[in-house]
Amino acid sequence: MSELLANKEAATQAVVDFMTKKSKTKSKFYFNDFQDIFPDDKLREIKKVVNLLVTDGVLEYWSSGSTTMYGLKGGGKQHGSEGEA
Amino acid sequence: MAKHETPLLDQLESGPWPSFVSDMKQQAEVRAKNEAGVEFQIPQDAVEDLLGVLELSFKHGRTHWKHGGIVGVFGYGGGVIGRYCDQPQSFPGVAHFHTMRVAQPCGKYYKTDYLRALTKIWDMRGSGITNMHGATGDIILLGTTTPQIEEIFYELTHNMNQDLGGSGSNLRTPADCLGSSRCEYACYDSNALCHFLTNNYQDELHRPAFPYKFKFKFDACPNGCVASIARSDMSFIGTWRDAIKIDQDAVNKYVANDSAYPANAGAHKGKDWGPFDIEKEVLGLCPTKCMKFENKTLKIDNSNCTRCMHCINTMPRALRIGDDRGLSVLVGAKAPIVDGAQMGSLLAPFVEVNPDNDYEAITSIIENIWDWWMEEGKNRERLGELIMRQGFQKMLEVTGIDPQPQHVAYPRTNPYIFWKEDEVTGGWERDVVEYRKHHLR
Repeated sequence: MSELLANKEAATQAVVDFMTKKSKTKSKFYFNDFQDIFPDDKLREIKKVVNLLVTDGVLEYWSSGSTTMYGLKGGGKQHGSEGEA
Repeated sequence: MAKHETPLLDQLESGPWPSFVSDMKQQAEVRAKNEAGVEFQIPQDAVEDLLGVLELSFKHGRTHWKHGGIVGVFGYGGGVIGRYCDQPQSFPGVAHFHTMRVAQPCGKYYKTDYLRALTKIWDMRGSGITNMHGATGDIILLGTTTPQIEEIFYELTHNMNQDLGGSGSNLRTPADCLGSSRCEYACYDSNALCHFLTNNYQDELHRPAFPYKFKFKFDACPNGCVASIARSDMSFIGTWRDAIKIDQDAVNKYVANDSAYPANAGAHKGKDWGPFDIEKEVLGLCPTKCMKFENKTLKIDNSNCTRCMHCINTMPRALRIGDDRGLSVLVGAKAPIVDGAQMGSLLAPFVEVNPDNDYEAITSIIENIWDWWMEEGKNRERLGELIMRQGFQKMLEVTGIDPQPQHVAYPRTNPYIFWKEDEVTGGWERDVVEYRKHHLR
């Protein structure tokens, strides 16, 4: 596991920064987008950390039913305004 | 009187088939009367509104549903699928109408008290409409509101010891046949393996990290009652590698049309098919023609048998599966969307099924495949599409399985062979001096 991924605070900040930086163009990310943040880590290791961020309320899942994506909690479309501008 | 007029839906009831419209109307009426005194936690007229929005979709020729969303239970990235109606003013009862997937028990064995408990929760906290079962095999609960989701999950897990199923980019709820719990053809205990892998891969079931969906299905014999070869990314089909066991006396009873030995165990008894003809009904239909019946003795060339099960199905009292049993692993089946539908391709012809070592031979294949697919798979790319894109050979490399004749579907059509260095004697290095002895510059 890389130093960045092993340090929860730094990893959280890196994920938040990455998503915030791209938030003008997209608010939902595929899981393998996290590999850009942690290029030296195995996806299974990344998965453990990313799912902790969901449990901690930093991220949230978005699912179409067939595909799941990740987004910053409260970012992008929410179910209360699903489909609205 | 119905809340919404539904002339187009009514027409669907006029055919000879059982109609889901009739079922929904019945459920709408049950909820309206509420003779059981249920304390409904979602709108009582949800099913009426469901009929109404469906009628509107027929009228408009377009859907009025949006699917997807952030709904779910804490810590899970699957099992709940957000559904929203885009006509909430007209149909408030289904403004939020989420689907929940509940993991079905192995072999779909139910007790009535379980089903009663499940429907009791769902009548109160959902629409009462179920789909038993969805295409993947789950119990599908159709239609509830966001605040009810955690409540339902709590009751399922705490009162019924029941988990949600998979959805999204997860391992989907594994599904199996009855296996050795009831079936004499079972080559392995599909219920035990399905249960073990479901527990073993809880993280993959509930915390999405795959490029797309991934399905396991388990058929305990090649009859394939759950059609795993067509319906799952990874299919586990029971097989054997020794000889089919033959009871020659029983074979002759079938040939003599003994009434205690009906062909196909009497499954087609309803019609007079004429006397049993072993040549026509068994030997002639063997796909590899590996059987013969001479001097009242049935002989099988087992080396050419492909375990199609036809002879065993036709004469079940005379022929039995072999004793050296295991399973074959097939990979890559999928429905259309990209590249069209695919059946599974044989990856491992025979794998030991050993619960004593936690099915090590099976889990190592699974995890090698997952590592490859997670690294190399594009977003929304199924395993079968990755195999098509990178090649079956690549998959053999990542799983460490040597190529075998059973992997060849048809003779090679590509005349070019790309050797790897370790496949060539001496590798790429050569002794130039030795070479020049025979070839001038």
